[in-house]
Amino acid sequence: MAEPLLEVKDLKVSFRTEDGLVRAVDGITFSVDEGEVVGIVGESGSGKSVTMMSVMRLINDPNAIYEGEILYKGRNLMGVSQDAMRQVRGEEIAMIFQDPMTSLNPVYTVGWQIEEQLNEHNDLNKGQARQRAIALLTQVGIPKPEQRIDDYPHQFSGGMRQRVMIALALSCNPDLLIADEPTTALDVTIQAQILELIKNLKQEFGSAVVLITHDLGVVADVADRILVMYAGRIVEEGNKEQIFYDPQHPYTWGLLGSIARLDRPRARRLTAIAGQPPSLINRPQGCSFRPRCPQAFDRCRAEDPQLTAKVGDGHLDACHLSVEDKRERRDRTINPELAETA
Amino acid sequence: MVTFLVRRLLGLVAVMFALTVLVFLIFFETPGVDPAVLMAGRHPDPQTIKNIKHEFGLDRSLPVQYGLMMKHLFVTRDLISYGTRTKVIPEIISATPVTLSLVIGAAVIWVVFSIVLGLAAAVLRGTIWDPLLMVLALIGISMPVFWLGEIVNLFTQSRWHGFFLFSWVPPLGYTPLTQDPLKWFEGLVFPWLTLSVLYVGFYARVLRANLIETGSEDYVRTARAKGISERRVLVRHNLRTSMITFVSLFGLDFGILVAGGALLTEVVFALPGVGLLTYNSLTSLDLPVIMATVIYGAFFISLASALVDLLYAWLDPRVRPA
Repeated sequence: MAEPLLEVKDLKVSFRTEDGLVRAVDGITFSVDEGEVVGIVGESGSGKSVTMMSVMRLINDPNAIYEGEILYKGRNLMGVSQDAMRQVRGEEIAMIFQDPMTSLNPVYTVGWQIEEQLNEHNDLNKGQARQRAIALLTQVGIPKPEQRIDDYPHQFSGGMRQRVMIALALSCNPDLLIADEPTTALDVTIQAQILELIKNLKQEFGSAVVLITHDLGVVADVADRILVMYAGRIVEEGNKEQIFYDPQHPYTWGLLGSIARLDRPRARRLTAIAGQPPSLINRPQGCSFRPRCPQAFDRCRAEDPQLTAKVGDGHLDACHLSVEDKRERRDRTINPELAETA
Repeated sequence: MVTFLVRRLLGLVAVMFALTVLVFLIFFETPGVDPAVLMAGRHPDPQTIKNIKHEFGLDRSLPVQYGLMMKHLFVTRDLISYGTRTKVIPEIISATPVTLSLVIGAAVIWVVFSIVLGLAAAVLRGTIWDPLLMVLALIGISMPVFWLGEIVNLFTQSRWHGFFLFSWVPPLGYTPLTQDPLKWFEGLVFPWLTLSVLYVGFYARVLRANLIETGSEDYVRTARAKGISERRVLVRHNLRTSMITFVSLFGLDFGILVAGGALLTEVVFALPGVGLLTYNSLTSLDLPVIMATVIYGAFFISLASALVDLLYAWLDPRVRPA
């Protein structure tokens, strides 16, 4: 197999605070192949965004501490200079952010903002940049792009602004597109449109996509492979089928229990994961999910589970339960109501 | 845009009208006060009071009184100062260029220096320079302008006047730009610096705070993610949006200073501007002059706020009329 596009090796990101060291990302390893769509799922504060912001080297907090390697096309981005990093940003790796309402500068036209990026990475004259910007706006499905290019962000709706953000991100044909909760701030119908757009454009532009979300429903449709993150670590990794039909980690069960599924009998109520995510300053002893895990047993306190393949090719999880135990208990956790009637 | 302009200008006229009415009522209709006596100055003779009563129609109805007053102010422009026995309006008109010279020069200095200082402090955040610059700014804000002016005069006019650095400083006073540009400039250098110190400090602090605030905005992160240089992010995104606050503050401060707010500086440096005129009329209770300068000041402040609105619309497309 060819070299992966992006390889993150044992990445650790911590922040010095008055209360102590916050380990936002605590040793994660994964890779993204060319043209692949990887979904990173986890609740707020699980380290999803920090991981991908680190890939872009966009965290400029003087209190951040990094360890590990981020290999992009074999080059370690952790070591490159800011100037070299600027060549990567926007041109090789582009990013779409969560809130389209605030992610565009309110004082410039959307055309100006797209052209700014085009001019940074390409040698274009004014007319060419404008033509390219119009073409991009057309591609992301903005009606009358020749007119709308001179509009300001506040003149667009949320969904349209996110399209503009996508046009901006794709303007230099990046090899990797990072979408950080691109649909969270949008209403459901617009969410579906934006996801469809990302899916189509991925084919058109051939970019690999890392899709960060807290909603398993979002990745179900789009992602080839899914990483489930909890408290700064990956707790389960697998392809779409593995995660949805043979989930191994109790945290993944919890996430699955909290979404409404159309391919299963419907329950009257969705289950929530009890409790709060652990403090990233003082991790619980052993498994980080233990305090919230209904399946926890003695070994979970004593020993920190490692991410290993137990059930099949490329399907990794970090849980001490045996595969048999998991399969037996799973349905009851995901949906107790349905498990009883079954 | 044109309708916006027209509407704003009509608003300006309405505000001016309301202001003149208010000023008129304060001076003429305060119960228990005989405006004629007040107008006549400190030690009036009965004949003067009688003349004033007739001149302003104080025995006639209120609207007529107001109309006569406005006629004296704006049409015939023959309102007489009872202190100096000169016409008030020409006096204000001749004082205006002095004030404008002082305030415009100081404004240039304060805009340039506060942007440089504010940017430097924001960029150097986390180093020792940031707090040092901000303490410096605070010192600037804390120094009263009259005190600073006197100290400057002490050095440049007397103690160290012989010292080569200050020997070029002309005596206190004002030389019109049209008469001798060099002398005009030389005479204003220290007043400019003195007046701008407070504003440099204040604006630098405001700008720094604003830059740091916009620095954590999502669109600044987007700009970084585009791969543009840090300098461009700072100037085109950070500074550009911070200018919205900066400019609206600036417009009003500028208006207030032109309106006579530079009074202390003008008094200390003996610049015959509107501030000095107001100061003198206040000390001698010269009511016609006070009234005229109040209206003049109100006019400049409302003009400045109208201009700020226009500038604001230019800087921030979100408030632009469709």
